[in-house]
Parts: sequence; structure tokens; C-alpha cells
Amino acid sequence: MSAARAPLPRWVDIVLIPIINIAMALFVSGLIILAIGENPIEAVGIMLQGAVGYDGGIGYTLYYTTNFIFTGLAVALAFHAGLFNIGGEGQAYIGGLGVGLFLLAFDSVLPFVFLLPLTILACAAFGGAWAFIPAYLQAYRGSHIVITTIMFNFIASALMVYLMVNILIEPGSMSPESRDFMESAHLPFVHDVLGGLGISMVATPLNLSVIWAAICCVLVWIYVWHTRWGYELRTVGQSEKAAVYAGVNPSRVVVVTMCLSGALAGFVGLNEIMGVHHRLLLNFTAGYGFTGIAVALMGRNHPVGVILASLLFGILYQGGAELAFEIPRMTREIVVTIQGLVILFSGALAYMARPWLERLFAMLHRSGSPAMERA
Amino acid sequence: MRKLWTLACATALMTAAGATQASDIEPAVVFDFGGKFDKSFNEGVYNGVERFKEETGIAYSDFEITNETQFEQAHRRFAQRGANPIVAVGFSQAGAVEAVATEFPDTKFTIIDMVVDLPNVQSVVFKEHEGSFLVGVLAAMASESGKVGFIGGMDIPLIRKFACGYVQGAKYANADVEVVENMTGTTPAAWNDPGRGGELAKGQFDRGVDVVYAAAGGTGIGVYQAAADEGKYAIGVDSNQNHLHPGTMLTSMVKRVDLAAYNSFMGAKDGTWASGVSALGLAEGGVDWALDENNAPLVSDDMKAKVEHAKADIIAGKIVVHDYMSDNACPS
Amino acid sequence: MPAEQSTTTGNPAGGAIPPPPAIRLKHISKSFGAVRANRDVSLEVAKGSIHGIVGENGAGKSTLMSILYGFYEADSGEIEIAGRPARIRNSQEAIGLGIGMVHQHFMLVDTFTVLENVILGAESGALLAPSKDQAARELARLENEYNLYVAPEALVGDLLVGERQRVEILKALYRGAEILILDEPTGVLTPQETDQLFRILRALRDQGVTVILITHKLREIMDVTDAVSVMRGGQMVAHRKTADTDKEELAELMVGRKVRLELDKEPASPGPTRLLAENVTVTDADGVPRLDNVSLTVHAGEIVGIAGVSGNGQSELLEVLSGIAKPSQGRLVLSGREVTAQAPVHPDEARKLGIAHVPEDRHRLGLVTSFSARESAILGYQGAARFNRGPILDGTAITQNCSSLMEQFDVRPPDPWLRSGGFSGGNQQKLILAREMSPHPEVLLVGQPTRGVDIGAIEFIHRQLVARRDAGCAVLLVSVELDEILALSDRILVMFEGRIVGELTGAEADERRIGLMMANAMDSSEHATAGSTMTEQAP
Repeated sequence: MSAARAPLPRWVDIVLIPIINIAMALFVSGLIILAIGENPIEAVGIMLQGAVGYDGGIGYTLYYTTNFIFTGLAVALAFHAGLFNIGGEGQAYIGGLGVGLFLLAFDSVLPFVFLLPLTILACAAFGGAWAFIPAYLQAYRGSHIVITTIMFNFIASALMVYLMVNILIEPGSMSPESRDFMESAHLPFVHDVLGGLGISMVATPLNLSVIWAAICCVLVWIYVWHTRWGYELRTVGQSEKAAVYAGVNPSRVVVVTMCLSGALAGFVGLNEIMGVHHRLLLNFTAGYGFTGIAVALMGRNHPVGVILASLLFGILYQGGAELAFEIPRMTREIVVTIQGLVILFSGALAYMARPWLERLFAMLHRSGSPAMERA
Repeated sequence: MRKLWTLACATALMTAAGATQASDIEPAVVFDFGGKFDKSFNEGVYNGVERFKEETGIAYSDFEITNETQFEQAHRRFAQRGANPIVAVGFSQAGAVEAVATEFPDTKFTIIDMVVDLPNVQSVVFKEHEGSFLVGVLAAMASESGKVGFIGGMDIPLIRKFACGYVQGAKYANADVEVVENMTGTTPAAWNDPGRGGELAKGQFDRGVDVVYAAAGGTGIGVYQAAADEGKYAIGVDSNQNHLHPGTMLTSMVKRVDLAAYNSFMGAKDGTWASGVSALGLAEGGVDWALDENNAPLVSDDMKAKVEHAKADIIAGKIVVHDYMSDNACPS
Repeated sequence: MPAEQSTTTGNPAGGAIPPPPAIRLKHISKSFGAVRANRDVSLEVAKGSIHGIVGENGAGKSTLMSILYGFYEADSGEIEIAGRPARIRNSQEAIGLGIGMVHQHFMLVDTFTVLENVILGAESGALLAPSKDQAARELARLENEYNLYVAPEALVGDLLVGERQRVEILKALYRGAEILILDEPTGVLTPQETDQLFRILRALRDQGVTVILITHKLREIMDVTDAVSVMRGGQMVAHRKTADTDKEELAELMVGRKVRLELDKEPASPGPTRLLAENVTVTDADGVPRLDNVSLTVHAGEIVGIAGVSGNGQSELLEVLSGIAKPSQGRLVLSGREVTAQAPVHPDEARKLGIAHVPEDRHRLGLVTSFSARESAILGYQGAARFNRGPILDGTAITQNCSSLMEQFDVRPPDPWLRSGGFSGGNQQKLILAREMSPHPEVLLVGQPTRGVDIGAIEFIHRQLVARRDAGCAVLLVSVELDEILALSDRILVMFEGRIVGELTGAEADERRIGLMMANAMDSSEHATAGSTMTEQAP
């Protein structure tokens, strides 16, 4: 049986609904801002100005965007295989550990040209390995991946605390951080690169991993839609029975996909450890893995959508920080509330407006068609 | 209602602006993950800067971070806007302070709990092991079961330093005492998880512990509540938390981070601010045990005498409390 | 287009003034977006008659009945029930007007008893017991009146399909239905069960119940209805008294052109054995044998039909032959490759051995409904060299492949980029057949090739299968449609509970003999179960 409402044109799905969702989120945020006695218009202005209005703001926004692209792609890729990877946080953490261990071992030995690709590999291997175990358990032992990946987030943070406090800590340091990597092992900052080209930009954490994020988007797009492995991955995600019929081994696809997903999430570690902090430390993942779920959801699991959603979240993060700087009464909690509302409206409630729109479009369609008789 | 708010806000801003002009300092503070209302470490700093504001009428800016990268961002933003001095709360900010202090050599920074060796940075560290030693003495003496507990936030060197001092104090008072140690978690959430704190405390009570010392930021609230519920003793940390549950709060290990922040602001205002490292222990009044009307009935003269004796011995150097951080180890 | 008006039919009461029709639909129209599912449909159904509605898939039968049962509201038009204008906005209102519906897929709770299912949603109070007593009395009455017996305390999950359907009918009657709508009720029944159902329907009619029977099987229309209405393309194209029409006319009205219902085919000339199964058993996860000691051969150039009611091991047979399942015991020889539990064949390998498989469940196995047609058209062949250039799928080749398949098999609309799920059943099936036939396989496994497929497409698919046979392909055909088995097969095997319970040549087979084989097997199996001995009885 067909749906009772008119199907929506594609542009409504892709453009109009997200805009409506964000508008609703901003409206409710506006009410909250009003309630604490601030001017919502001004607040939005500060957020936008802070996020995209000057070079430093843009740098921070893109730095956050880089992280969200990695975790968003990770969730999106797994989702195409019907897997819900909640473990981005842990995979990012362990991916960062891979970066850190590799650089601690080789930063004085290898030149940058060798270090960079090998670090990327180490990062992917560690992140992927962290996803491999839940994937294996799901594929061959029937443990649900949602549960195991959540567990592995906890295990990852416990492991990191143990390693940082007991083993990797710089001797004599009060803070559980490793020694700094040598200068030659730093992923160059964008402001340094631009400075070299004679363009001045204030210092921000934005580094060249943003380019790797863009490359990953292209690679994911090719992999999912233009290779036979991606074809098999999507078949498994849509119908496991059809996949078996088509000669695909769903268990293997689950394992391979999760490893790739974990590797993508792991690249947060590349950005944070090799790009920003230049030493191994705790808590650098800061919830990016979880936000990646919302990013993928909003971006409809497509790399282009993931980029756009990551930009939005980058703007929210950076704009939110600016808001907290500029308006003392906009505390951290209010900013988190606004971010949460955007996630709520564009993620969990993504389809709230849909039935109304469907009815609206059905009505427009009907009144547009001739010879209408009301029952 | 809204008008009133706006009015109040405007007035506050005007006063602040006026005061700033007069004194010519624009102090700022960057809080740690726990946030300024954690009833403990960060709130201690908050109380210190609030006191400064009350006394001088000089407003300050503040920022609570949500991720590691924001430390540097916050310091740089404050420095760019001419904030001076800037107080960094917590060891996690060392990297950020180091980077930004180098960029802005004319801006004064004060970092609490960590040493950053730059000419424009004042580092304030505390001898938490000494204070913890004293409350350890009290815990062991107050315990009837001979089992005392310790609940930390995250398993990091700083918290081990607390634990190590506490164990030494407890053993000093009662060589046979058994110390049960737990950490709340492995993420920054561990600093603000009263529910988990309560669970851990109850777990320790089930194992026979009857005095528990929490060094876990906001998580401690849950520990103290659990102790109050079960009629066991709890020991507060950083701020004087004796008032939270009079009758079951045995004492608090006071770490005067409020003083550190207050002194930094005041020093900048008076022109006496100086860079360098100050390590504040019992002798300097940087750490201490808290005795007030809330816990006076719980502390017998015997206990008081013993702990004051130990305090005098430490100040005199007769007792040397081992600092975990000196060699990343704790003598057992 | 004005529809021919029917005269009142089947009025057994034969009173002086004919009562108003049980249902009168006037000028009903309903659109879904741009799709006009019903256009100006008018219909009169006499009280106490069995009224058939025939039409191909997508002709608008289901939409019309959904409007009558309150799932949808018509965009325009009027409904009268027993002479009174009615507005039916939901199924509660439909039930209130005495309309009951038996869905194609039963809406029963397997873990409840018959009685509990019957009262479900019609409980008279918060406590179950009074409702149950009342319902038990009512069931007893219905049983006497309509000869409609099902043990009230039996668990629905334990019932046979025909019995479950009776529970659905009882449910409707219990709610006071005087108008009973049955949507494709015979699809899941054996011929014997179908006969039983029709007896019940006649009994209901004789008691004054109005029955609307939706079906695409013309034989059933001729067997049981008093009047018939034909729908095509959302419109009502004809109303006939059943006595005044025949299958050929109805088929022509349905399709809109002359249809040849009979299939001409030459006698088979079987060649060498292509597919061999010896004592093959397939056991499911619970250790229950789904396929029980099955032996069969299929030769090049013949069509072997597997007859049987759905769920008796046919699916497992197809799965084990195509490599999806592995045999627990026994051996297979597929194009010379020996397959056993120790040396199972992978679907990919089976395909390379020249075994093509048109699966029974085309929505879940045969294609991926969310994929574009061009992507579904390479399902199973995604690794083939002709679709790959190095690691990258060759988009141009894939699109061309799909276009050419669509052209050869007349798939409409011929748009490779359309979502697979957007095609009609017949066109989906043609696309799958095209995909599986195009590599010229040696063995073609075909499951339910015409389930939910329009008459026009059925004709085409049947011709393709025969053409493949004539070209030397070994065809194994599984179908629950006896007509189809009889029309196509050169040899017929009858399956029941995972076993092959009889074999007939195409020439000697007829519906009665096949039905008898199934029934015998059923009796002996019930006997065996009842006596709690599992001794095999020869049919």
C-alpha cells in the first residue's frame, strides 16, 4: 500500500527540512536566551561573527570541523553496512595513542616525509584495531555492536589513563602527558603554511589534517558508491539475505567496514596529537566521537552531508565558545544547551516536520490539479 | 522583569567599567573541566576571585572550558583583549599557559597546581601530601573499624599525591590501619559524578570502612551524602566543606587555591605580583585541616593534640611526608 | 469513462421489494500524489451475495477496499452502506458499520489462543474472563451457523494456515460483520483448503452475509462468486454476472487486450543431467529438518516443477541448490561439482558453475529495493570483470548492462536510475529474470516467478522460461500456483514437510492428482504425529 501523503521532492528532503530543523532549534534557543535576559539576535550575531567572521574564528571552526568530519564519516560508513558504531570516541582515543606511540618512537629517526604517511598508517591501524574486536564479536559471536562499542569507549579511556599515568608520562611531570614530539614531527599549522606563502593568519589549531579529512571524504565516497566492496557493504546494510544471495560474506563485510570506520575515527588522533598538542595526553577526544553520530545523522550519511554538518557543528562549537567569552551570562551550560537543541532538532527530531510538509505539499498538489471535488 | 534584568546588567557593567579604569587591571580566570561550581577545587578559586571583586569592586572575566584545545584559545583571547593577570586553574593548562605566555610576554599569568618556568608566569603549587597527612591522622583515629577509605577522581599523579599523603598520615596514627582506595573514572566526567561517588562510598562502607576521604571535585558531594546517609565520617577537600553535613563531616583538607587566585589579583593591583614558583605547604598556610563549629564535636582533644603535634613536626621538618610526585612512587 | 451498471444479483431471499444493496460506492476517486489509484469508481454489491473483484496488481482493488475499510479516505465520491450514506474515517467506524476484513497477511498473535485472538481489541471490560465466556458462547453459535470450527483453546501458532484464516473470519464475524472483505485469501491455501474456504463463504452468503472476494485467480471467480467487477488502471471497467461471463472475457477485460491463457510448448527433449541431489537433508538452527532426505535430478532441456504449499521445504531446496544453505547430509552434484556438508559450495562459486537463481523472495533476496535498478541489475555479479575496472566499478558498463536487460525483457519504465522498489512487481521480476538469464546459465533455479505479477507479464515470463528450456537450460521451477506448475513443467515433484511425496510427468499431472498427493501426505503426517511415532508411510 502506498503512503497516505504525497512523497516530497528531493530538494525538500535535502535542503528545506534541515533548514527548518535548525530554524526551530534556534527559535527555542532564542527563547532560552531571552529567559536569561539576553538578546537572542545579538547572541546569534556573536556566534556567527565568532565562528566565521574573522580569520581566527574560521581557523578554530575548521579545526573542529576536521574532527567532526573524521568521526562523522566513521559513523556514516558503518551505517551504510547497517552498523551503528557508537565507539568513535574510543577509536579516536586509541588512534591518537597510535600516533603518539609511533611519533615517540620515531620522531627523532625519520624525516617528516616518511613520518607523515607512516603515522597515518599507525593511526588507522590503532583505530581500526580498536573497532575490530567489537566487529569480530558482532560478526562471529553475536554480541551486539552497539553495546560492545560503548564498552570499548570505557576500556579505551581506562587504558589511556593507565598508560599515561604509569608508563608514558614524562618523568618528573605533574601532568599525565608524554614528552613533546620533536619539531620535525609536527603536522604544520595552516597559519604557518599560509605565513610561508606570505598570507598572514592568526595562530589557530587548524593544521594540515584538514586536507586529509577532505581526502577521506573523497575516498569514502569512492569506496561506498564506486567499488564492488562498497556495493557489497551497502547490500549487507540493506538486506543481509540479499547479500548472502549475491555471494557476499556479511561477517567479513562487517569486520572490514568496522575496521575502516575505526580508522576514520582514529584520525581525530592525527589532528589532535600530531597536529595540535604535539604530545600524547588525556581527554583530547572531548566527545567528538559522540558528536560524530549526530553529524552523520544530519549529513544523511553522505560525505557531502557530513562536511556540511561538520561545518555546522564547527560553527556551533567555536561560536559557542565566543558566546561564552562575550556574554558572561552565557555560561558553558547555556552553550551546551543550544548545541544540544540543534542536535535534538536536526538529529533525533529530524523528521518531526516531515508529516506537516507532506500534507502541505499534498494540499498544494491537489489545489493545483483540476477538477477537484471535496468529499 | 526583563527590563529589570537589563538595568541590573547595565549597572553592573558600568560599575565594572569605572572600577577597571581606576585600578587599571583586567583580571581573568580560566577554570578547569569541573567548572566553577564544583564545590571543591574550582569553586575555591571562584570564591577567591569573588572575594577580590567584593573587596575591590574590580570585575573579572572568566571562562569554563569544554575541551583541551579551548585552554589555549581562552588564554590567547584573554591576553589579546588585554586581560592581566590571567589565572589558570589546574595542571592541564600548563601547555596552554606556556604557549600563550611566550606570545604575550607583558601579560602576567598565574598557574595553580603546575610549574611553568617563564619570566611572566607565577606558578603556585601546594603540598597536598602534607595536608592529606593530617586528615589521614584524623581518619585513622576516628575510625573504629581500623579501615579508612580514599576516593579519588581520575587516577592521575596529583590525586596519587593526595592518596599517598593520606596513607602516610593514617599509618602514622595507627600502623595497622587498612586503607581502601578507589578512583571514580577515567574521563574528566569523574570530577563531577556524585552518583558514582556515592556508590563507591557505599561500596567502601560495605567493606567495613568508616571514614572516607574524597579528592574528586564535584564527585565528593555524593561521597559526603552517602556518608551522611549511613552515619559514617567523610573528609572534604580543597574548600572547607565541613558545613555540608555537620555531624558526619570529620574535617576538610583545605587547599587555599582561593588565596592563590586572590593574591595573584591583589598582587597585580598593588604592583607586588612576582613571577616564580611558590610551593605552599603547612608552613605557608597553603594547606591545612579545617576545624570549625560544624565539626568541633567530632574531634576529640586527643585527636586534636595528635594532629597538631604532627603538624608542628612537619613544619619543623621532623616528619618528612613523602611527595608522590618526587619519584612517582609511594612508600607502602 | 462511465462504468457498466450492474443489476442486482444473487437475492436468495427473493422478496417482493429487493433490499437496498449492501454497499454502494459512487464516483470514488483517490490519488496518492501524482498517482490516481482510483478514478471515478462506482460499485454496487447486493446483500447476501459473493461479489468478486478482479484486476491486476495496481489496478486499484486494494485501494478501493482500504477506502471501504477506513484506512484511507476518498478524495471524492460517496459511500452508502445498506442504503444509508456513510463516512468511514477509520477501521473502527468500518467495524461499527458491520464491515469486516480478512487481510492477505494474517493479523493474529501466534502466542495467543484462538479465543484470545478473537476477542483481542473487542474485550468488553477490563477483566478478560467475562469477555472470554461471552466469546466462547458466541463462537459456539458461529460454529453451528456456518460450520466454521476451530478449537477455541488452541494456540494460533500451532494452527494450519487454513485454520488461521478461519480465525480471521471468526474475528470479523464476532465483531458483527455483515459485510466480509477477503483480500487474496487463497494464496496460502492448498486446493483442499481452498475448497473448504469456499464452502464456508457459501454458507455465510446463505445466512445473508455479503462477501467481497478480491483475487487475481479467475478460476476462483468462476467457482464461487455471484457477480464480478473488473478493475483496470484505477477504474472500474466492467460489472458482470458470473453466470454470464467466462475466464477469457475477464482476462481480456483485466489486461485490456486479448490474452492467451494457454501456453504452447513443444515436448521436452531432456539432455544430460545438470543437477543432482542425493538424500539431501537440511537442518535448521533448532535441529528441525527443513529438507528431509530429498533426491532429485534435473536434466538439460527440461523444466522440473516443484508443487506444494508454501513453507514445505521449497525455499530450503532452492537455498541448498544455490549455495546459500549448506546440506547437513547427502550430496549434490552441480554441473559436475560435488557438494557435501564438508565441501559446501559458496553462492559465488555456484554462480560461476553456471547456476542462476531467481529467488522466491524478490524484495529481500532478488534485489535491494533501495538500490537503483542498475545496481540491482548486477546483484551477485558485482565482482564480474565486465563491471569492474581495477578497483572501481565501471558505472558506464553497469548502466549499459541495465539498459540492455530492460530492453530485452521489456522492463518498464526503462530507467536504470529508478529505485528498484519503485518498479511494479512484474517489472521487478522481469529485471531479476533478465539478470539471471543473461549469462546463459546451465541451470536456472526459479522460485515463484509470477507471484504478484500481472497477467501480461506472466505470459511473457512463462515464454522466457520455455525458451530457456528449449535452448538447453535445466530449469527447476518452484511455485505454489498449481496452474503455473501444470502449464510449464515437464516433470512434477510434490513436496510436503520437506520431503518429496510424489512424482508425475507433465502429461499425466492434473490438479486433482497433485492435490491428492499433498492431502495424503498431510494425513499420514498427522497420523504419525498423533501416534507419536515418526514411521514413514508410503503415500
